[in-house]
Amino acid sequence: MKGMTIIVKKISQIICPVIFMFGLYIIVHGHLTPGGGFAGGVIMAGAFILQILANGNILPKLRKEEEGLEFLESSAILGFLILAGLGLLLSGGVVFFANFMEKGVLGNLISAGFIPLENIVVGAEVCAAIATIFIALVVYKDEVKK
Amino acid sequence: MIIYILCFVLFLVGLYGVVSKRNLIKIIIGIAIMEYSINLFLIMIGYIEGGTAPIITKGFENAKFVDPLPQAMILTSIVIGLATTALLLAVAIRLYQKYGTFDINKIKDLKG
Amino acid sequence: MNSLIPLFVIIPLGCAFLMAMLGRFIKNINKFITPIFMLFLVYLSLSFIFKSQGSLIYKVGGFEPVNGVPIAIYMVMDGLTKLILLVISLVGFLAIFYSLSYTKQYTAERKFYVLFSLMIAGMNGIVISGDIFNIFVFLEIAAISSYALVAFGVEKHQLEASFKYQVLGGIASLIILLTIALIYWNTGTLNIADISRQLTVNSQAGTNVFLKFISILLIAGFGLKAAIFPFHSWLPDAHSSAPSPISAMLSGVLIKAIGIYVIIRLFFNMFPLSYEISMTITVLGTISMIIGGLLAIGQWDIKRMLAYSSISQIGYIVLGLGIGMLVLVTGGNKAVAALSITGGLFHLLNHSIFKSLLFLSAGAVEYRTGTRDMRKMGGLSEVLPITSRTSLIGSLAISGIPPFNGFFSKLIIIIAAIQAQYYVLAFLAVLVSVITIAYFMKLQKYTFYNNDGSKWIEKKIKEVPFSMTFSMILLSILCLIMSLLIIPEVRTIFLQPAVDVLINSAYYTTKIIGI
Repeated sequence: MKGMTIIVKKISQIICPVIFMFGLYIIVHGHLTPGGGFAGGVIMAGAFILQILANGNILPKLRKEEEGLEFLESSAILGFLILAGLGLLLSGGVVFFANFMEKGVLGNLISAGFIPLENIVVGAEVCAAIATIFIALVVYKDEVKK
Repeated sequence: MIIYILCFVLFLVGLYGVVSKRNLIKIIIGIAIMEYSINLFLIMIGYIEGGTAPIITKGFENAKFVDPLPQAMILTSIVIGLATTALLLAVAIRLYQKYGTFDINKIKDLKG
Repeated sequence: MNSLIPLFVIIPLGCAFLMAMLGRFIKNINKFITPIFMLFLVYLSLSFIFKSQGSLIYKVGGFEPVNGVPIAIYMVMDGLTKLILLVISLVGFLAIFYSLSYTKQYTAERKFYVLFSLMIAGMNGIVISGDIFNIFVFLEIAAISSYALVAFGVEKHQLEASFKYQVLGGIASLIILLTIALIYWNTGTLNIADISRQLTVNSQAGTNVFLKFISILLIAGFGLKAAIFPFHSWLPDAHSSAPSPISAMLSGVLIKAIGIYVIIRLFFNMFPLSYEISMTITVLGTISMIIGGLLAIGQWDIKRMLAYSSISQIGYIVLGLGIGMLVLVTGGNKAVAALSITGGLFHLLNHSIFKSLLFLSAGAVEYRTGTRDMRKMGGLSEVLPITSRTSLIGSLAISGIPPFNGFFSKLIIIIAAIQAQYYVLAFLAVLVSVITIAYFMKLQKYTFYNNDGSKWIEKKIKEVPFSMTFSMILLSILCLIMSLLIIPEVRTIFLQPAVDVLINSAYYTTKIIGI
């Protein structure tokens, strides 16, 4: 897959950070507004996918990126499990997924205990997973052509 | 009531696509249509006349909310659908690599 | 004891992703972690069987019921759950021990173990979850990892089988999701016990026609997963193309955990029993028993024959459970129903042992000879002595020769059918047993005897490595040990709690809701 014209490349370079930030915003405000880890993660992955589509693929580079993303994905899931398991530990070994942090004030950004943390981990996981799937399909496609 | 039946019709459209189409990609699209029809059905179950998004914010503590449970279920089923579709596409691409075609009439080494 | 219940999901899930993370840096770490945690799960499920009594309930997140309506996700551990968990972890451990040497032929070896752990997590999750939507989620985890594992060798046939399996499995999952949506629409809850209460107490929630519609959809959905006739067409392809340890897992455990288990849990404990549905289940079981047996005779592919035989044996299990249901619903003798259900569950247990043994033996043959066609084999008993013995034991057990376990479970089902006065079903069960002997004699003859082994001695074929023979020998010993379950004292520990759960269908609901 070759890259697109210079116009597309430039514009995607300008837009991508904005999309990425928007995804981050949605993840961080997951406990206050609609959206959350999954929706934000998908938007963040969209930024990656846009870059790949605009600039074309350089296979060795993509493979390396895929490995990194895979690592991020599995560590994010482990982070989720560890957060849930911490609840189990801190509640005296009774409640899995216990919300062990301060609930805070309704409507504040830092509130709702560990739900924002879980949202962030889920966002990282979803972003990595979707980008991995996309890159894997791109790599497959090139293999098929050969 | 008619709206629920239309959902079911959409489900059947997807099933028709899976059963009658001969192209791997079209079969995958058929499965995706079936999935979306069920998601649509679920979201309509949760709707309550005049309800708002089920998020407690300042000033809306006691508003009339729609049922949040189907929404959580849909989110889960979307994630599952993503995984299923991705795996189906990956296998379809590999099949194309081996057989050089997407036509299932030509991909029938196994006889179920 | 209660707080240990989620460990059945946490451990395999955590280990899966730990292995995905570390496997890249530390060579062969997956091969250490997986058998160890599987062994731990075996220990955990055994300790649950021996140490805990009755039903244990675990509420995820610690949310207590509000006004008697359960809001947390429930995990339930009762007799049936413990039994199936033991089967999953035992067969899983032996299959993974077998794959330690078997997977050397694949390039992406470490991913095999990750997917395997995910499959175990999914199956354990289905079995312990007391909530219909979580059953769906875990079912998809188990199913998606099994799709990937079927295609693991990325050869032509494996990909094709996997695609077929995925399309049919996807349709089944969507039908199940539709059913869950319909149930939620009418009862407003997802907890199995709560649904059951709503359906019995609140008469307008489940009108008769509506219940029938949902039941039929559920039978279609989970029947597709369990490969009951007429939904069996994907099974021979998928189970014969997969890597052998995975075939053993799929045939031995997966179709039971995601198909049969859910069917019996929902139809015994959630829906009010009805004559038509019980009749449908029994008839489908009988037909798949006969069709699977008849189709197996004509096969020349060794694993394909075993796959068809799985359909037939699943038919036996469903037949036993269906007769129990019929007796319960027609108000017959409860002891007969209990006997029949005992037979069904006993056969489920036995089938997972000897079918995985047979698949592992077939895998050992394929591993050394490189072919699955019985016409190209013959005389292998000279070069593969251990494999041929274990395979013989498996064949004897599955065809119901005493003193192996298959004899006793089939006997119990047949006696129960006669006591319940379903003479035709008893006759058919005996007939299919004879057919089973026929095709396993064919398998033994063409694979291991028939010729002298000079062809294979020339090719310098040796016995398979230690980890493979170890699993096969252990499974064939288990084939003998399982027949001890016929002794009443042993049966009260293992089978009786599971049967009690199914016989007293209201008990499940009252225990969980607590009224």
